[in-house]
Amino acid sequence: MKKILIIGALSAIAQATARQFAESGDALFLVARDQSKLNVLVEDLRVRGAASVESALLDVLDYDQHQPTLEAAIAAMEGVDIALLAHGTLPHQKACEDSFEVAKKEFEVNAISSISLLTHIANYFEQKKAGTIVAISSVAGDRGRQSNYLYGSAKGALTLFLQGLRNRLYKSGVAVITIKPGFVDTPMTAEFTKGALWAKPEKIAECIVQSINKKRDVVYAPWFWQIIMLVIKLVPETIFKRLSL
Amino acid sequence: MAESRYQSWGRYPKVTQHAVDYLWRADPLPLAATDNSTFLPFGNGRSYGDVCLNGGGTLIDCRGLNKFISFDTTLGILRCESGVLLSEILQIIVPKGWFLAVTPGTQFVTMGGAIANDVHGKNHHRAGTFGCHLRCFELLRSDGSRLLCSADENAELFHATIGGLGLTGIITWAEIQLKAISSPLIEQEVIRFSNLDQFFLLAKESDLTHEYTVAWIDCLAKGKKLGKGLFVRGNHAEERDTPLSKKASRPLPFPIDPPFALVNGPTLKLFNTLYYHKQCGERSHDSVHYEPFFYPLDAIENWNRIYGSKGFFQYQCVIPPESAAAAIREILQRISNAGAGSFLAVLKMFGDRPSPGLLSFPSPGATLALDFPNGGEKTLRLLESLDEVTRAANGKIYPAKDARMSAEDFKQQYPNWVKLAPYLDNKLSSNFWQRVTA
Ligand SMILES: Cc1cc2nc3c(=O)[nH]c(=O)nc-3n(C[C@H](O)[C@H](O)[C@H](O)COP(=O)(O)OP(=O)(O)OC[C@H]3O[C@@H](n4cnc5c(N)ncnc54)[C@H](O)[C@@H]3O)c2cc1C
Ligand SMILES: NC(=O)c1ccc[n+]([C@@H]2O[C@H](COP(=O)([O-])OP(=O)(O)OC[C@H]3O[C@@H](n4cnc5c(N)ncnc54)[C@H](OP(=O)(O)O)[C@@H]3O)[C@@H](O)[C@H]2O)c1
Repeated sequence: MKKILIIGALSAIAQATARQFAESGDALFLVARDQSKLNVLVEDLRVRGAASVESALLDVLDYDQHQPTLEAAIAAMEGVDIALLAHGTLPHQKACEDSFEVAKKEFEVNAISSISLLTHIANYFEQKKAGTIVAISSVAGDRGRQSNYLYGSAKGALTLFLQGLRNRLYKSGVAVITIKPGFVDTPMTAEFTKGALWAKPEKIAECIVQSINKKRDVVYAPWFWQIIMLVIKLVPETIFKRLSL
Repeated sequence: MAESRYQSWGRYPKVTQHAVDYLWRADPLPLAATDNSTFLPFGNGRSYGDVCLNGGGTLIDCRGLNKFISFDTTLGILRCESGVLLSEILQIIVPKGWFLAVTPGTQFVTMGGAIANDVHGKNHHRAGTFGCHLRCFELLRSDGSRLLCSADENAELFHATIGGLGLTGIITWAEIQLKAISSPLIEQEVIRFSNLDQFFLLAKESDLTHEYTVAWIDCLAKGKKLGKGLFVRGNHAEERDTPLSKKASRPLPFPIDPPFALVNGPTLKLFNTLYYHKQCGERSHDSVHYEPFFYPLDAIENWNRIYGSKGFFQYQCVIPPESAAAAIREILQRISNAGAGSFLAVLKMFGDRPSPGLLSFPSPGATLALDFPNGGEKTLRLLESLDEVTRAANGKIYPAKDARMSAEDFKQQYPNWVKLAPYLDNKLSSNFWQRVTA
């Protein structure tokens, strides 16, 4: 039985992943910002076989609550083995261009909040000399594009932060896993028309669970995004800047 | 481009409709106040015809209501949201020693869909329909009201919603009584029979000794062999050596749309011969996992694509006992004469346990289910000629499988349809309902 803390537990990807953890009989501590929905999810995961499920409210922009939330999880499960960060927003790029206030808030949700959370979590795992951090970044963080570079730059910052953290925690035996999903059919992308490249949250959940079991470092989900992003990253900047992407 | 999930299993008719997700049962219905079109709950599209379609209107995709609520492992009472699949329920209950009291021939249907068509299984002669084991549910109406329905509370709406084809409101969650088992295995016996008379004898005898009975008929057989087939019967195994958590193997996808229907005369003949002779002796007996026993077709995901993009029809009727033998014979005769063989013909005797739904399909007698690739006019004419037989024998057709029955036949076969009126939600409609009440 593993003890798992999930931030952004109501995200579609997090829910699908939590179902798999529950089916393996793990203990869960769910963190999100809607208590009545959390209660629905708690009941569900208990029936699905989780050893225990507790929950707590948190708006990730409420930095003062990050450490207390981690402590509540440690208290509820008598320790934490795995921390999954799944919260995020898909900002409206144009709104971010028109208003720095909007851009700043979106950047905070998608990057700074994770940096804060991971600071506390990393220190806890480092001192324990064990633990696994899994954070959901995005392929969008691999290269800046005009259509969503605020989101991309936040996810890019998260990706680099995780890379450094992985390097730091390696010697303490703590795994840091960066998940980079491509297009996923979730409420975040409800407005998009879905095509062949789109994956279901269950597929991403499978990738996440496997990455944990195999202690991977950076994982594109599904795997073919690694090839797509390799190609995209290879395009010289002089050409890339002319493309309407 | 992935194909839309908003079509029925027979992929006929093809309609254009708008779908919205509904993810949290406490949320109001995801409908704009200004939206004047009608809507219809959609489960998993395992109905063959048009009961799950609402062309020109909106579908409320209930599959997102996929949460379990409670499971009393001592009493075998399970409560979950309406979009949970029976397959997901089985995954959770079987390891704890419980099984669905009634299950249809595919496990990929939702709780809501199973109630709305009041589905039946191979144990109808003992257990009746799915609705017989339904304890209660919550019904959300378009005016936002939420009603707890059971045999004691809002009883009329309870009976109207069971088999109510999604037209009385959205079932948000439901609670069912499960049945206890001690093994995931079924003691299965397969017996070869060479004509219809033998089928009726076998059914009579087996319904007394076996929880599950069903027969598979070779539709291409003619003359004296008319109605030959395999009789399958089974009981839950009593042995405790096989762990309840034992899994069956996973399905293979049927990934492509063949350019034409793979089911034509020669391929069908080959298939039927193989199926009949798979059974070498007269009788075989073995223990099989519940999945291949109940859900043989689930082993090939999207097998409906074998019929090509024009889709196919299913014809399922029930004929009262007194006229069953003659009518079933006549139907098989007509199919055999038309040379338009059915890939699958399934025959079973329903028992006399009353169905709780106003519009439930099952009633005592023989039920026959057949598949026909959509060959246009020719197929429709054949099906109409089968209607003549069903009608003359006072039989009826199963809405869950239908895409073409006439309004006259429906009103004749389901006289209770007028009693449904006070319970219908006036914002709800379906292609089926438009057609049969026209
Ligand atoms: C291979 C196969 C074998 C089958 N075998 C059998 C069998 O043995 N016996 C049998 O009885 N049937 C059988 N069926 C038919 C199937 O069980 C029914 O059509 C079932 O209702 C499909 O459920 P669904 O979840 O896919 O619902 P859908 O087909 O999507 O919808 C069915 C109906 O339920 C309504 N509905 C869906 N969700 C809700 C909700 N939340 N609230 C209110 N109404 C709702 C819809 O409006 C619609 O009227 C079989 C189908 C297949 C494909
Ligand atoms: N969907 C994709 O195509 C895709 C692709 C690549 C990466 N990702 C990443 O995958 C992760 C999961 O997203 P998803 O696709 O599953 O979308 P989702 O269902 O919309 O989940 C996002 C979750 O983040 C939560 N959240 C947003 N702001 C928050 C805040 N201030 N405090 C607390 N929680 C907050 C949301 O909570 P509320 O419900 O309370 O708003 C929501 O539950 C995200 O990090 C996303 O960036 C998604």
